Amino acid sequence: MTGEGEDEPLAKVVCITSGKGGVGKTTTAAAFAAGLALRGHKTVVIDFDVGLRNLDLIMGCERRVVFDFINVINGDANLNQALIKDKRNDNLFIFPTSQTRDKDALKRQGVERVLEELKQQFDYIICDSPAGIEHGAVTALYFADAAIIVTNPEVSSVRDSDRIIGILASRSRRAERNEPPVELNLLLTRYDPGRVSRGEMLTVEDVQEILSVPLLGVIPESESVLRASNTGTPVAFDNESPAGRAYLDAVARFLGEQREMRFVKPERRSLLRVLFGRA
Amino acid sequence: MGIFNFLFSPNRNSAAVAKERLKIVLAHERASNSAPDFLPKLQKELIDVVARYVSISDQMIRVNVGKSGETSVLEINIELEDAKPATFIPPRRAIGTKRPAAQPAKPG
Repeated sequence: MTGEGEDEPLAKVVCITSGKGGVGKTTTAAAFAAGLALRGHKTVVIDFDVGLRNLDLIMGCERRVVFDFINVINGDANLNQALIKDKRNDNLFIFPTSQTRDKDALKRQGVERVLEELKQQFDYIICDSPAGIEHGAVTALYFADAAIIVTNPEVSSVRDSDRIIGILASRSRRAERNEPPVELNLLLTRYDPGRVSRGEMLTVEDVQEILSVPLLGVIPESESVLRASNTGTPVAFDNESPAGRAYLDAVARFLGEQREMRFVKPERRSLLRVLFGRA
Repeated sequence: MGIFNFLFSPNRNSAAVAKERLKIVLAHERASNSAPDFLPKLQKELIDVVARYVSISDQMIRVNVGKSGETSVLEINIELEDAKPATFIPPRRAIGTKRPAAQPAKPG
């Protein structure tokens, strides 16, 4: 599925969505795009959160933004002027959004035209959705071939994920055209196996049973996520950290590999580690 | 005291409570989010049809989609206030495969 051959299908559009805010969509979009690029796939990650640009910060390219998504949609700049090439990986590109307050600037036809153009150059187009179920979020999922539903093991996040799954099934372009449905993947983030074992947090199985969406991965609650965002590095580039490794596993599964679920059982911590702080 | 709290604290299995609450609320929300797109139109057309035979106002017809076990049930409630004694046969209250017997509409 690299899109190299002439007859290969066009790029895959993957929407990172959740309904609820603050569950880790942008972290996931950055990590997933970085993971796909590390695997040799030419990948672009687009920020759909018009007015609240943040992907540039998480990717560490905030000072290189000149033109943005809305400029390209309006024809004020061309695609290659707006795309930012990642300095760590040649396969990775960032497409920042605009800071305009006009949320309706994201016109569906304009988005479609830009996506079609991106499909000529890339294997994967990762769409980082805004929170909510309004115009921006629906535009981000409308053109998706696959979706990653980012969910925390917590009641409000699970409920909002259920809602967004319903919207994917009824309001995506694939649904409107009666095409095969958007491929759904559940990604459980901020998972704390210790709290799960004490009965204080929903288990992976609980969430999967409630949402009945195939599980792509479990990302453990990890200090490395904040560390990565502090420095503007996608956490998947940190393959020392549990969260980074969990994201790389999820990317491998997304590409069709079998990987055992890690980080779902409480870690046994040695007395020394407890005494001298966590690694 | 510490041990006692740890063992008998009401928070000890809050995850199970969360799961139960989610199951109930989502079952309800899925039912109400999944079907209702056509309901307003159906309701309007029903009013048009019924109004040809009896005098009826908008509020006197209620259309709902609900769940009864595994079966979806389309429930149509038509209230007749000053039903003209025409050849009109009162509609059945519910259309659903699992309903034991349909009840006649409430007389006004």
